[in-house]
Amino acid sequence: MVWMTFITVILREVQIMYSNLEQNNEIGIAPKTEKNSFLTFMSGIFGSSKEDRTVHPFRVLVNKEISDHVRSWRFIILILIISLTCLGSLYTALSNIGIASKANSPEGSFFFLKLFTISDGSMPSFIVFISFLGPLLGISLGFDAVNSEHNRGTLSRVLSQPIPRDYLLNAKFLAALSVISRIFFVLGFLFVGFGLIIIGIPPTPQEFLRIIFFILLSIIYVGFWLNLSIFFSVQFRQPATSALAGIAVWLFFSVFYEIIVNLVAKAINPGVLAPESKIISAQSIILGLLRLMPNQLFSDATTTLLMPTVRTLGPLSMEQIYGTVPGPLPLGQSLMLVWAQVTGLIAASIVCFVLSYIPFMRREIRSR
Amino acid sequence: MNGNIIELSDLTKKYGSFTAVDKLNLSIRRGEIFGLLGPNGAGKSTTILMMLGLTEPSSGTVNVCGLDPSRNPIDVKRKVGYLPEDVGFYENRTGLENLIFTAQLNSIPEKEAAIKSEQLLTEVGLKDAIHKRTGKYSRGMLQRLGLAEVLIKDPEVIILDEPTLGIDPKGVREFLDLIVNLSHQEGITVLFSSHDLHQVQKVCDRVGLFVHGKLLAQGDLQSLSREILSKNPYHIEAGFHFNAAISDSEEIKKMSLILAESINNIYGVISIETLKDSFKIECSRDASADIAKIIVQSGTNLSFLSRKEYGLDDIYYRYFEGGADHV
Repeated sequence: MVWMTFITVILREVQIMYSNLEQNNEIGIAPKTEKNSFLTFMSGIFGSSKEDRTVHPFRVLVNKEISDHVRSWRFIILILIISLTCLGSLYTALSNIGIASKANSPEGSFFFLKLFTISDGSMPSFIVFISFLGPLLGISLGFDAVNSEHNRGTLSRVLSQPIPRDYLLNAKFLAALSVISRIFFVLGFLFVGFGLIIIGIPPTPQEFLRIIFFILLSIIYVGFWLNLSIFFSVQFRQPATSALAGIAVWLFFSVFYEIIVNLVAKAINPGVLAPESKIISAQSIILGLLRLMPNQLFSDATTTLLMPTVRTLGPLSMEQIYGTVPGPLPLGQSLMLVWAQVTGLIAASIVCFVLSYIPFMRREIRSR
Repeated sequence: MNGNIIELSDLTKKYGSFTAVDKLNLSIRRGEIFGLLGPNGAGKSTTILMMLGLTEPSSGTVNVCGLDPSRNPIDVKRKVGYLPEDVGFYENRTGLENLIFTAQLNSIPEKEAAIKSEQLLTEVGLKDAIHKRTGKYSRGMLQRLGLAEVLIKDPEVIILDEPTLGIDPKGVREFLDLIVNLSHQEGITVLFSSHDLHQVQKVCDRVGLFVHGKLLAQGDLQSLSREILSKNPYHIEAGFHFNAAISDSEEIKKMSLILAESINNIYGVISIETLKDSFKIECSRDASADIAKIIVQSGTNLSFLSRKEYGLDDIYYRYFEGGADHV
C-alpha cells in the first residue's frame, strides 16, 4: 500500500533525525531502552517530566516557537475565523444532507463524507474553505519567522549559542507545522463529532480513514504555504513585505492563475470538430497547467479522497469507461490516484524549504 | 598556544570591492581585558563576527580557544559568550524566562538553569525585575540581562560588542565595574569593543586601535601612548603682531608670508599654517626656540609661543579624522 510506504518513510526520517540528535548530545535526551524512537521523540518534544533533565536545544527552540504561536493574537484571530467558517459549512452541510443523499446512488454508502463536500451554494463546503483559508493560515504562521527575529535583535543572540544554525529554521518549521496539525485534527474531529451527534449515523471505518487522510493532506497543503512564507521571511527584511509577498502568491494562484489558464485554453482550443487526439492533447496541456497550481493539486486530491466515486482526474476515453461498473473506489485505489498530487505538494514544499535553507545557512548574522 | 586564547592572522574580510578588515593580526592573552577601540565602521563588529563563525573570512585564519570558528562554530560558541551590539530579547517573556531559554540552548538541565538564571540576575543587579517582561526593560537593564546571558554558559571568553552604547554615564560605570570584577574573579578573558576611549582606558589591560579595517597599534595604554606620541610631531603655535606703523593689510600679508617661509626653512619643520596673527607649526623636533628667534629677528613682535602636548585622547581623535593616513 502506498500510504504505508509513506508513513514508513516519515518514520524513518524521524528516526534518522533522532539518532542525529542523540549523537550530538552526550547526555542523551531520553532513556535509550525505549524501542519506539518516534514516540520518544514526540514525547520528548511535547512532554515534560518531573526530574531535572537536559532538554535538547532543538526541543527548547520548538517549545518556544509553539508557545509563541499559541500565545499570539494573530493565532487566536485565525482560529476564530477558521472555526467560524467551519461551523458555517457544517450548518449548510447538515441542512442539505437530506436533499443530497439519494436512496440508490452508488455514494449512498459514503453518506458521512458528504458532510465535508456538499453545499447549497450559499456557503462553500468544508473542503473549499480549507483550500481557501489554509494558505492564509500557513502564510500567517511563517511570514515573520526569520526576519522578525532579526529585527528584534534576537537572531544573533540565539545563533551565538552552541546550536547548529539550521536548528532555528527547522524549529520554526516544525513548530508551525505541529500547531497546524493539531488545529486540523481538532477541527476535523470536531466536525465529525458534531455530524455524528446531529445526523446520528456513524462513519464506516473506511470513511473514517478517508477523513484522516484528508486531514493529513490538508496539513501537507498548508505545510507548502508555510514553507513558502518562511522562504519569504528569509528573503525579505521587513515582515510586512514578506507577508505581502505570500499573500500575493496566494491571490495569484486562487484568482488570476485560473483566468490565465482559461485564456490559454481558448487559444489552443482545437474546436469541436477536431480529431479526438487533438482534443485530448489540448485538454492535457490545460490540465498540466492547472496542476502547477497548489490549490488545484489540493482540490483534486481532496475530491478524490472524499468522493470515492471519482475514478480519474484526467480525461477518460469511451473505451476506458466502457464496461466499468459504476461504484466507489476502494481507499487504496483512491490513494493511488492522489499519490501524484501529494508528491507534487511535498516536492513544492521541499523546494521552498531548500530555497530558504541555503541562503540562511550562508548568511552573515549581524545584529539588527 | 603560548597563552593566547584568540589568535587572528592575516584576517581579511571583503564585501565586494570594499575591504572591511584588512590583514589583521591580533592575539589576545588568556585572562586579560582587551579593548578593541575604533570609530564606527572600522571593522570591529565584522572581526567579532568572524571570531564566532557568524560570517566567513575572505582569507586568513582565526583561532579561538584552539578552534577554528568557521570549521567548528558550535564548539567555539560553547566556550565564547557573545553580547551583540544592540541586543534584543523576546519581549513578551520575562527576564528569567529569556535567560532560562538561553541556558537550555546551552544544554543546561531545566532546574539547574532556573537556579543559575536567578543567581546571575541577582549578580547583575536585576533581582527586582526578574519577573518583568523584557519589553519593559530599559536599555541598561537589557545590557545587564545580556551580560547575564553571556555568563550563563560559564564561558572562557566573553566578547562584548559596544556594550555601553545608549546607557547613561552612571549605568556605564556600573556595567564596566561588573565586567572588571567578573574578569578578575573568574579569570574570564574579555574582548570589549567600543568607540569611547575613556571607557576603554578605564577597564582594559590592553588596547588595540582599529581604523579602516587595520590595527594601527596595540599594547597597554602607557606603551600605546608612548608609541603613538613618538611618531607624532610637535605642534607649536606662535602668535605675532606687526608694529603699528604697518597697517596696510596687503603689506601684513606679504610680510607674514616671508616670515612663514623662513620658519619653514628651519630644520625639522614639517608644515606651517598662516592665520591672521598666528602660525600653526608642525615639526618633528622641538623647534620652538628657533622659531622664536626668527620671528624676533625679523622685527616682528612675538606675542606668545605655545607648545601643544597631545594626550591619547587627541591622538585618538586625530586617527578618527585622518584614518589610516597617519600611519
